[in-house]
Amino acid sequence: MKSLKELDEIRNRALDTVGLRKDRSSGARVVVGMGTCGIASGARGILLAFVEEARLRNITDMTVVQTGCIGACRLEPMAEVFMPGYEKVTYVSLTPDKVKKIISEHIINNKIVDDYTIGSAMGNL
Amino acid sequence: MEDISLYVLDLVQNSIAANARIITIEVMEYTEENLLTLTIIDDGNGMDEFLISKVTNPFFTTRTTRKVGLGLPMAKASTEGCGGSFTINSSKGIGTKVTMIYKTGHIDCPPFGRMDQTMTTLVAANTNTDFTYKHSTQKGTFNFDTRVIKSELKEVPIDTFEVLEWICSYVKEGINEIDGGKMS
Repeated sequence: MKSLKELDEIRNRALDTVGLRKDRSSGARVVVGMGTCGIASGARGILLAFVEEARLRNITDMTVVQTGCIGACRLEPMAEVFMPGYEKVTYVSLTPDKVKKIISEHIINNKIVDDYTIGSAMGNL
Repeated sequence: MEDISLYVLDLVQNSIAANARIITIEVMEYTEENLLTLTIIDDGNGMDEFLISKVTNPFFTTRTTRKVGLGLPMAKASTEGCGGSFTINSSKGIGTKVTMIYKTGHIDCPPFGRMDQTMTTLVAANTNTDFTYKHSTQKGTFNFDTRVIKSELKEVPIDTFEVLEWICSYVKEGINEIDGGKMS
């Protein structure tokens, strides 16, 4: 059974990993669409996949937040990725596997995954 | 929506949009009566009578991007589809309470779903809002409160990924411990 005591250990570990996201604006910012449309198409699993993958890869300066309906409900689940100093990239029709690729290619290596972007989905590329 | 936990995630978005600081989610299971009640209480902006009368109409929305709003009407339909009920009480400036009753023995009652994932998602994406979750069954009560977690963590943010992982397991185990969400 999990106990609140374990939080103490997690806290100490987090404090040891110096910096502790003290400058979190330096990292990637992920915004997941959480309108009714997003939730009905799986946005919860997408947000949790970003969290899980970031934890596994020990990315500490990334933030994951939510917003309402992004405006293209048929392309949900969607997420916007903001890399500091770059324009926002909107990814559509996400799955947990696509999230893993976005983390490894875009967030870690700063290389946009073109195939998953809204531009690609709308046939504009 | 596939299950009750997703309706909760969706309805709480309204509380967040209404600038709630504290959101309380309470589930009570009455196994013998085949009933599950769910309440979501927030201290957000609240609504006046006119707005309350409109919000469960799918062709009404406060949003400007499009003309439909399906969250509340779908949640209402999910309760009424199994012989349950859906009630909104609200006062402007005080907050809103949504009460949903499900008849769990009914064939059209949705499954309970992953409330651990819903709570983790809410905590992860809304660090400035506090959430309490209380789930009672005949076997006991599980309580979760982000204010308690935050006071344990002190300067460590609650959306630290390892903390979120812990919250997900903690809520899951807490609900399992009291045989919650099984529904006959």
